[in-house]
Amino acid sequence: MRSARRFAFVGNAAAAAIAPSSAHAHLVQTGFGAFYDGLAHVAVTPADLLLVLAVALLAGQRGMQAARWALCALPLAWLAGGMLGARFPAETTLPVLTTLTFGLGGALVALNAALRPASVAAFAMVAGLLHGYVNGATLAPGGASALALAGVITAVFCALAILSAQVTTLQAGWTRIAVRVAGSWIAAAGVLMLGWLARPVA
Amino acid sequence: MTLRKVAMRRGTPGYAIALLTMYWHAAAWAHEETGQAAGFLAGLAHPVSGLDHVLAMVAVGLWGAVLGPPAIWVLPVAFPLVMALGGLMGLLGFPLPGVEIGIALSAIVLGAVVLAESRPPLWLAALLVAFFAIFHGHAHGRELPEGTSALLYSFGFVVATGLLHASGILLGAAHRWPAGRALVRAAGGGVALAGLFFLWRSVT
Repeated sequence: MRSARRFAFVGNAAAAAIAPSSAHAHLVQTGFGAFYDGLAHVAVTPADLLLVLAVALLAGQRGMQAARWALCALPLAWLAGGMLGARFPAETTLPVLTTLTFGLGGALVALNAALRPASVAAFAMVAGLLHGYVNGATLAPGGASALALAGVITAVFCALAILSAQVTTLQAGWTRIAVRVAGSWIAAAGVLMLGWLARPVA
Repeated sequence: MTLRKVAMRRGTPGYAIALLTMYWHAAAWAHEETGQAAGFLAGLAHPVSGLDHVLAMVAVGLWGAVLGPPAIWVLPVAFPLVMALGGLMGLLGFPLPGVEIGIALSAIVLGAVVLAESRPPLWLAALLVAFFAIFHGHAHGRELPEGTSALLYSFGFVVATGLLHASGILLGAAHRWPAGRALVRAAGGGVALAGLFFLWRSVT
């Protein structure tokens, strides 16, 4: 009985990872053109938004140098991933992987992990590649232009710059604690989302 | 008074807002990420829909405030994370016996420690809070609704839990004054009494 339950759990988890959900192939129509559609896309895609928040909090938490590195690494990796995704689209949104990235980012913020700037940049790069790939792979087949991808990158850059700069200025005290609490909320949402993705289908 | 009249009146504070409201039509968002706002709002509303959850969450914040730093932030950081693990268990269908009893006991115990101003070591306080968080998370995990944005629902749900902790911490800030201290202890006593009621209800 126990082994059957374990088998079912492993099967569900594997199915969730291997057979991802269908792609959302349409951009938000802002009415202002492809660039602004791309800008708005980040705001209405929770997994992307939470990742940008997590990276910004993490980079800001680790100081000015880490924030500067992340500010280069995340948008550039997002752009590279987007171009890869547009060139080699896979009909997938890889929800388990995207959830893992922002969940891990939130956990690192909650733990106040003592990462070096290069490690923060490496994390931002991997996460940016992944989320950018998903953006490119799902938006390009829906007819989104390179201008839309430019809008996405711009939104990522601006949100990251503003938030990480703000966090670097915070002095020790309750504001630093609030950053950690926000990280714990992002991590907790990630854990719940993983459960949602892996739950048995009735 | 019609909206146009309000807009035409010079000096009216709502002048600009009324004009915007009249002429700024919302864009039609066809085929897009539907259910997101509903998902977030449903998630926000879920933890406050049950008084047993609300009281236990507020009690966590109250206890954190009574204990002071670093418990004041360790407990509210630990609770959502462990609660999410409990939610994961619930979503995956892991059986957890006596969930309702565990939730009622959480209100009794957390209320009682606030009433008694109990000050155990930090690890013990965190362990106690984490233990009860599993029950709350499991109950929520089983109740997550279909048809909304899962991620935004989850995030709203976690944010609401955190805000309930924050409410407890704010209330607990009164603990530094003599009258406030009595008030905080009374609040703890009230939570414990309500927990007894929930326990009675769950076993009958």
